[in-house]
Amino acid sequence: MAYYARKTGYFLLTLWAAITLNFIIPRLQPGDPAEIMVTQLTGRGEVDPAQVAAIKTMLGYGDDNVFVAYWQYLQQLASGDLGISFTYFPAPVFEVLGKALPWTLVLVGLTQILSFVLGTLLGAIAAWRRNSRFDATISIGSTFVGNLQSVWIGLIILFLFAYTLGWFPAAGGYGYTDPGFGPEHIADVVAHGFLPALTLMVTAPIGFILSMRNTMVQVLGEDYIRLASAAGLKERTLALGYAARNALLPVITGFALSLGVLMGGSILIETVFDYPGMGRLMGEATSNRDFPLMQAILLATIVIVLTANFIVDLLYPLIDPRARRAKA
Amino acid sequence: MSPEPQDPQETPIPQPASMPQPASTTTPTRTEPVRTFRRRITDEDASTREVVAVVRPPRWYQVIWSSRKARIGLIMLAAFLLIAVFADLLSPYSPTNAAFAPSQDPSWTHWMGTNSLGYDIWTQLVHGTRLSFAIGVFGGLATIVIAIVIGLLAGYREGSVLDDVLSFLTNLALVIPVLPLMMVIVAYSETRGLALLVFVVAITSWAGASREMRSLIISMRNRDYVTAARFGGDNMFRIVFREIMPNMSSLIVSGFIGAATAAIAAEAGLSFMGFGDPNTVSWGQMLAQANANGALVQGLWVWLVAPGVMLALLMTSLTFVNFGVDMLSNPHLREEEK
Repeated sequence: MAYYARKTGYFLLTLWAAITLNFIIPRLQPGDPAEIMVTQLTGRGEVDPAQVAAIKTMLGYGDDNVFVAYWQYLQQLASGDLGISFTYFPAPVFEVLGKALPWTLVLVGLTQILSFVLGTLLGAIAAWRRNSRFDATISIGSTFVGNLQSVWIGLIILFLFAYTLGWFPAAGGYGYTDPGFGPEHIADVVAHGFLPALTLMVTAPIGFILSMRNTMVQVLGEDYIRLASAAGLKERTLALGYAARNALLPVITGFALSLGVLMGGSILIETVFDYPGMGRLMGEATSNRDFPLMQAILLATIVIVLTANFIVDLLYPLIDPRARRAKA
Repeated sequence: MSPEPQDPQETPIPQPASMPQPASTTTPTRTEPVRTFRRRITDEDASTREVVAVVRPPRWYQVIWSSRKARIGLIMLAAFLLIAVFADLLSPYSPTNAAFAPSQDPSWTHWMGTNSLGYDIWTQLVHGTRLSFAIGVFGGLATIVIAIVIGLLAGYREGSVLDDVLSFLTNLALVIPVLPLMMVIVAYSETRGLALLVFVVAITSWAGASREMRSLIISMRNRDYVTAARFGGDNMFRIVFREIMPNMSSLIVSGFIGAATAAIAAEAGLSFMGFGDPNTVSWGQMLAQANANGALVQGLWVWLVAPGVMLALLMTSLTFVNFGVDMLSNPHLREEEK
């Protein structure tokens, strides 16, 4: 129980720190971002004074007193009013973000889980057959492929499969004006999401492959593996039940970290494929200096990663009995 | 286990065992013992010299060079360095000159052709090496300096409030996705350029290396020489940075190379999103332009493929060099390499 309490406390603390960081970043800038925003917005048309106040609050300039401004920021965040977007004027940031969020969650979530399964599997096989040709190919290949820019991979995949072969649509998240829930709609959405997912899948498993291989090589040198082997356990049991299971633990701990990398990668890939998710939105928001929108996306991204980390923490004792018994 | 590996350990033992023999044959005369003494010295000297020659640990450059991956990496890196230094000799044009006829095929005057905007692709590629090198060196240095200061202070004071605060910051910085954070900071900035890129990379990417530094110093901070320095009255900063840090140099170099690789990738990503240095050309910017102008649809393969391959080769060369550097701190890897 102490384990869960500690992890929950840590989650809340990091959440608070992330929210506070989001408050601090605009204030660290030399100019007054809120003022820039308001000037930009008034160029767009009539702006509701209440919205101006909301934007100022979200960017940390709700009040001259920092502490009052911080308190107002927290209150407003709790109410879900994140100001209005400059790019999608006059749509509220909350609404714009809400529309983009599911696309990224599904795209990144699926690729992350697939990469984890594929990566740990390949890494485990490479470690089990270490110094074989398979291992050398996997190790050196991952080093080189891991250093390829995801943007570059995306552009080449886009050209090959969308322009040259025409197997998949080149851009967007759906072909219909309104993505519904009928079977042809779902097939359409899958077809649009396939290439971005494929691009992410080229590089995403590599972190898992390398860390799984390295920890498993270490685990295979442990005494208990030698003992189990001497006791005549079947190779399969030894590899999967003993070596892989123990090697998996540090890899799982790195799950959230790699999710953060993938979220970053999705910004680039969604831009390349014009995918209607949070990543493309981030690109638009930052190049348009749409401060309220980009702050909201940054916060949402951090919260997603922290939540994923928290979920992994909660599930961890199921896999590692030592965590169940560990004292705080 | 085969008996062979034990042999080298046993061979030195018989030699000291033979030492008492000359001592027992010493005669009472004055000159004799001196002579035997001398002979013993020279004999032993020769044998120890032999042993020393065999056992002496290889120099750091020998260790790195002994790894095939590191050799390949160093040669590639040297090639890139030469390209960066002699960029002006390798291409007669300016990378920002857009006055050429657009979309030309490769020819003697334009080795890789020109892109649809009228730039010479080879010139841009060669000059892009400079920016990637610059961001790698400066971004990597700035990152590792932050990582060292935070990681070493936290680890040296393991369990203290200082450690708690710094470790919390490190773990937080570790989970915050780097690219969106970098983009937000750059979007707020009124200026663009190399200095901003270095700053943004350093301030967002130090956490991983910092955590490694922390765990390293924890394993070193209770060594005798540290205790001695502490009793000698040295302050924390002197102990951490003057006494302990020099013993971690191979790990710091490896951290620096890792940070440099990450910095190069970060620049490419930022430049692709349009946040690069507007005064120069980088491979990331080339990718962005190639994307924005539909390079592949126009059949301008080189425009897109070349900068991507250059980035991957440069980063792979750094990764390969790091295989060699890691062998310095982890002798187990040396055996694996053979």
